Amino acid sequence: MATRTVVVGSSVGLHARPAALFVAAVNEAAVPVTICKPGGTPGPANSMLTIMALGARHGDAVELGCEAPNADHVLDTLAALLERDLDAE
Amino acid sequence: MAGLIQGIGVSAGSAYAPALIVAPPVRPPHDEPVVDGDTAAQRIRAAFDEVAAQIDQRAASASDNAAEILKATAMLARDPGLIDAAVAQAASCGPATAIDRATQAFVQQFEQLGGYFAERATDVRDVGDRAIAAVLGEPSPGVSAVTHECVLIAHDLAPAETATLDRQRVVGIVTQAGGRTSHTAILAAQMGIPAVVKAAGCLDISPGTPLLVDGEAGQVHIDPAGEQVERLRGRSARRAQALADSHGPGATKDGKSVALLVNIGGVEDAAAAGAVDAEGVGLFRTEFVFLNASQAPTVAEQDAIYRQVFAPFAGRRVVVRTLDAGADKPLAFANLGAEENPALGRRGLRLSALRPDLLDAQLEALSRAADATGADVRVMAPMVALAEEAAWFARRVRENGLKSVGVMIEVPGAALRSRFVLDEVDFASLGTNDLAQYTMAADRMQGELSDLLDPWQPALLDVVAAACDGAAKTGKPMGVCGEAGGDPLVALVLTGLGVSSLSMAPSKLALVRYALAHHTFAQCQHLAHLARSARTAQDAREAVLAAVAPAVAAVL
Repeated sequence: MATRTVVVGSSVGLHARPAALFVAAVNEAAVPVTICKPGGTPGPANSMLTIMALGARHGDAVELGCEAPNADHVLDTLAALLERDLDAE
Repeated sequence: MAGLIQGIGVSAGSAYAPALIVAPPVRPPHDEPVVDGDTAAQRIRAAFDEVAAQIDQRAASASDNAAEILKATAMLARDPGLIDAAVAQAASCGPATAIDRATQAFVQQFEQLGGYFAERATDVRDVGDRAIAAVLGEPSPGVSAVTHECVLIAHDLAPAETATLDRQRVVGIVTQAGGRTSHTAILAAQMGIPAVVKAAGCLDISPGTPLLVDGEAGQVHIDPAGEQVERLRGRSARRAQALADSHGPGATKDGKSVALLVNIGGVEDAAAAGAVDAEGVGLFRTEFVFLNASQAPTVAEQDAIYRQVFAPFAGRRVVVRTLDAGADKPLAFANLGAEENPALGRRGLRLSALRPDLLDAQLEALSRAADATGADVRVMAPMVALAEEAAWFARRVRENGLKSVGVMIEVPGAALRSRFVLDEVDFASLGTNDLAQYTMAADRMQGELSDLLDPWQPALLDVVAAACDGAAKTGKPMGVCGEAGGDPLVALVLTGLGVSSLSMAPSKLALVRYALAHHTFAQCQHLAHLARSARTAQDAREAVLAAVAPAVAAVL
């Protein structure tokens, strides 16, 4: 399984608008992706509730995982998205 | 079952319709058996599907604002994280228990995160309760689709539930819990739906039983006799006739003006209230701008909202209360943490003093919107206790180019020293709900203490009288923006005490105007004297009721 550890770039943390944009991107990838805090239990990354429950603030690290054949590409795209300040855009 | 339930009338008018009981949440059975994996997963997914479809259906027939709330809730019912968690739990327990555990896990995490998240917890719990009912094949909890005229009976209504009520069909509301100033009470009054709260035993009424709700007397008549319905209808008709001629600025019979204003809490309210025959807004609560925001709203964002609120009131006054948040209404971006006594903690102006950046942004936005719309914007601070605080606030407001600055009088300490507090500002407004809470040391949210919060409590009237006396020494106006001002009898007493404006839910204006027009200022002073001379709250109300003009007594 491919994984990436990403630092949240959004100034408000990962909820509300940034979380909604991220969920939309996961759905667009159309393959199962997981998300958790480092060392936590992975949950579905296309779940708004799972993401909000992480309580990830600006500067916190989160871990993405994917087992699809194109996992590296999918995770690179999603990681790049998380690193941006989605709220400012 | 015939009979009478005495509660507290919180929204005037009478209603006669069959009872519709709002179902309480269904709990999973204690001995629910584990179901084999695939079947359990299927049933859980089907239950969430059903809930999402149900909510979508309600959203389709709801107004814009309500539809948005409902669509967001439907999305939660489709959330893969919630559904997967429930399916995973089902390995070790029955499907309903599994849904309950999965929901509770999210609820607990959200409550720990606080602020914005804690509010979402209520929505998650609601979705979970609905899914539990669906998987058990039980009727959904909460307000179901209302298909005919009814009197709604509930333990209590969540604000979101009240906001999404079908105003055409829900003709009355009766709740077992709640209090005089609970959110159900305030929203019902704003929507003009007769309501009685704290009606003990109302949940035992059988569905479909004809009910007569008397929003003035706070009574619920169960399966009433025809003549009783006629009597109340007669009163409602007399009232409608009396009020048909009630219009224009408020004044006593001898021409002492008492400005009649409305309380609003958002853009939708403002649009509706703009059309009401009122002299302006006496209380614009601005919390709505902040409470659902994940970060502090910018000056530009606030300016845009305030313009929409002010626009319907060009040429009229709009009294704006600056942000009134505290530990019980936490902000995602200014959360000071939990407090043991939120009502007595760092709230209102006290929060603004800790985060002056928030206050300054709000004042700048208000100033811009005032200039752009031509409304007579006046700004006041909540939770002021000291003259020093009033001075601090006044300086900031004036530095932002706003012309009129005032304070809320909610703290008894400020009421007793109103002369010195008012020296620093241009006006003051009595928040009678909080003033009652602090005078009687009785939590507004505690329904069982409602009697202590009765606006007729002579001690509260004494504190109001002291505040008005202090204001009179400065020659500056003292208004009222609490719910008490909307009761015609209390309004007469407040006028007699020297209050110069009354702000209330729009549905209460006409009756108050009518009552004022039938009494001279001297008569109001006499009524105030009678109320303050009484030993108990009940004696005070009865003494005043016995002394008012017959034309007013006939329509109460």
